[in-house]
Formats: sequence, C-alpha cells, structure tokens
Amino acid sequence: MKAKVTEMNEESKAQSFEPKIVAFLCNWCSYAGADLAGVSRFQYSTNIRVIKVPCSGRINPLYIIKALYNGVDGVIVSGCHPGDCHYISGNYFARRKFALVKRFLEYVGIEPERVQFSWVSAAEGVRFAQIIDKVTSEIKELGPLTYFRKGSVKKGT
Amino acid sequence: MRGVQSELVESVGNLLKEKKVEFFVGYQDGSLPLRTSPCFVTKHEDVRKLVWNSFCSNNLAVYLKSFLLSLQANTRIGILCKGCDSRSLVNLIVEKQVKREDVVIVGISCPGLINTGKLLSHLDGKKILDVEENDEELILKLDGSEERFARRDYLYESCLNCAYPTPSVYDILIRVGKHAPKSVSPDPMVDEFSKKSRAERWQIFERELSRCIRCYACRNACPNCYCKECFAEQTKPRWFGLTNERPDVLFYHVIRILHQAGRCVDCGACVRACPQNINLRLFTRVLVDEVKGRFGYEPGLSLNDPSLLATFSADDKQEFMVEAD
Repeated sequence: MKAKVTEMNEESKAQSFEPKIVAFLCNWCSYAGADLAGVSRFQYSTNIRVIKVPCSGRINPLYIIKALYNGVDGVIVSGCHPGDCHYISGNYFARRKFALVKRFLEYVGIEPERVQFSWVSAAEGVRFAQIIDKVTSEIKELGPLTYFRKGSVKKGT
Repeated sequence: MRGVQSELVESVGNLLKEKKVEFFVGYQDGSLPLRTSPCFVTKHEDVRKLVWNSFCSNNLAVYLKSFLLSLQANTRIGILCKGCDSRSLVNLIVEKQVKREDVVIVGISCPGLINTGKLLSHLDGKKILDVEENDEELILKLDGSEERFARRDYLYESCLNCAYPTPSVYDILIRVGKHAPKSVSPDPMVDEFSKKSRAERWQIFERELSRCIRCYACRNACPNCYCKECFAEQTKPRWFGLTNERPDVLFYHVIRILHQAGRCVDCGACVRACPQNINLRLFTRVLVDEVKGRFGYEPGLSLNDPSLLATFSADDKQEFMVEAD
C-alpha cells in the first residue's frame, strides 16, 4: 500500500513538473507572432518566459548556455522566416550559428529537445502556440535539467 | 631533416640581412630533449639558434596576435609556419587581426609532429644523448644503446588526420619530403563517440573535463583566441563563476569550443597545452567535421574566402528547426 502511494506520488510529481523555458523572440516577427497568439486568445502552455531581442542574429550562443546554467529547463529561439528578416539577412547568419550550436550540444550529450530553434512570422499566432506547446511537452517529458545548473554539483573532481 | 634546417637558417638569415623582416619567429632547442621552444631572432648572428624537427609543436601564429597590438605600424615579422600554423595565420588575416603585408611567411611542409610524452613513456627514464630522424623513423641514441621508433606510431592524433601538411599561403616554401595526406572526415574518433548513447556521451564529457583546473592554457595556446577581454574573465556582466565546480567548468569549455566553430584548424595546440591531458580534441573536432560536412567549408585555406559565420547562403540546410505538427 505504502509503495503504491509513493508510486502515485512520484507519478503526480512527474505530471506536475512545470518546466521553465526561456523564449528568445525577435522583435519583428516572432514577438509579434506571440502577441497575435495573445490578443487572439489562443490557449498555450504558460511555461515560457519571453526575452525580446532585436533579431535572431542578435543571439549569442552564450545567452543560451547562460540560461541553462541559470536554471531553466529549456530554451527556444525564434526569428523571422528566411527571407523575411527586418534586417535583410540577420536570420541567415543566425541559422549557421544555430546549426553548429545544435550539433555540438547534442554531441556532448545534452538532450537536443532542450535547445530548439524555429521561425515564426507575425501572422502565425496559431503556429506560435503550437510550437510552444510542442516544445513544452517535449521538455516536460525530459524532466528538470539537473546537470548543467549553477550550484547543481558541489565539486568537479 | 638536417638539410631542411640549414635551408631554413639560410633563408631566415637572408631575410634578416636584407632587412625584409625586423625579427623572425621560429623554434629553438628546448631545455629538455625532444622538446623545442618558440624563439625570436632579431639579429643575423642568432639565426643559427633556429631548429626544425618533429618536436616543433607550438602553433607560432599565436605570437602574432599579441605582438601586432603593441608594435608600430609597418613592422614586418617573419614567421615559420607548418600547414596548420599557416591556416591559423590566414584566419588571423581574414579576420583582420594581422595585415598580410606585415608578415613574411616561411612555410614548411610538415611530416607530422611526434608526441613527446608518448615517446618518453617508452624509454623508462633512460637518458637521451642524441636524436636523429628521417621520413620513417626516429633514432634515439640513449645511454649505451640505440633505439629506433616508427614515426607513425608516435604522431599526435591531430597530425594523423591532417589534410594540409603544406602551408596554404607562404612567401618562401621549404620542402620536407613527400607526405600524402590521408585525411578522413568525420574523424574516426568523432564517429565512434557519436555512436555512444546520449547519457554515455555526457558522462564522458563531464568526466574528461572534471580534471580541468581552469588555467586557460587551451585558450592562450590558440591563435584564434585573440579577444582583448575573454568572456571567461569579463566582469560586466560576469557570465559564470570562477570556481572549478562542474557547471562553471563546462560553461567555459562549451563556449570556448563554440567560439572556435568554423575557425578551428585542428592543429592540436590546445591539447598539447593542457597540463591535465584532457582530450579536448574529442570535443573540438566535431565542429571541424560538421563545418566541413554541412557547409563544405575548411578554415584558413584562402585569403579571399570570408570566414564561415561572417557569410551565409540562402540554401543552408535547416532540418534542425522545430516545426508545428
């Protein structure tokens, strides 16, 4: 009986885990996309904390790593679709960086779902909500990020 | 090898005599056998100090980054470059850290460098009196005996998979035998590591870097790391802690390696500089291969190509982007 209770507790704990996710959204498309999702009253997960950036090209991989280090469970970066960048080519430059960050983090063994990239335009309110829901559920399944967080381990050696 | 060395001394002597360079950066014998140290020749009579052998392991391009900052304009510097050094130097030129007209590059076609540590571990502490080498073998005269070692068994890993032993850009080229490069991409080591499970990869990454003492030797040995203020030492904002707790150490290494993306020429200087023998190449090489596989780009080969992340193509692959279902 006791075992069963513990099991149930564990289960409900897993279900009640609400990941913290940082969303870096570009000012011109994705932030406006999020805004559209909001004013249109689309329901989507409340797990994201939005940080507005002028352009997806403004994203330094350092910000992504810093977010994980500071204790978030996942990061989503979103910008204008290729060809639609407000600054003409910022997202093209960003795309090269993103590909390498993605590959490297996966290679060293960080779950690829923890750091994700997408393009969302200002008209894609529904799509924004869908992407956030998808990313949130994937990260929820992984559980909390414990191994990269500041203060999570006492001593390296 | 001896012939190459006299050719080197002669060429550098001429450069100094004709005042084509103010000084020359090369190698001299180290204080221990099987080692060399970087040396700076300013006077023609010192030119005999210069050596060339299989232990010239420093990437000399590293010295140009700090020098040019404090030198007056139009100071011409001569530099000895192996294949990898020249690629690093080309990187510095492409990234506008060094002017092409300020350097005279003496290129040397490199037969691969010998891992001194590995060689010493097979000598049981015997005293080394003299070293000779040819294209195939190293001949060590020890106290009372002579031992021969096949070069191939003692090369550094980065040298075993070297695609460009001959400098990409040079003013004078000194030849050393013929070396048919047998380079493969991705590197077998990267391939093998990629096949492990995710948890296992993380465990190895963590375990390998847990030895790090944050001395930043890997950064200092690398010609690519020329920022006046490194993110690791920045205080406004301070990006991460200065401890050797695991998250801090991993933060440093992840970002250092990402800063090398599309710029690393896989010279192995960081690995050789590491006092803790961390196999950094296991983690830096993956981006070298990814950059080549995904973008068909290899850094440091041409003065006219922009660096990878300073340009783009509208057709870059984006299969990794998340899509709504």
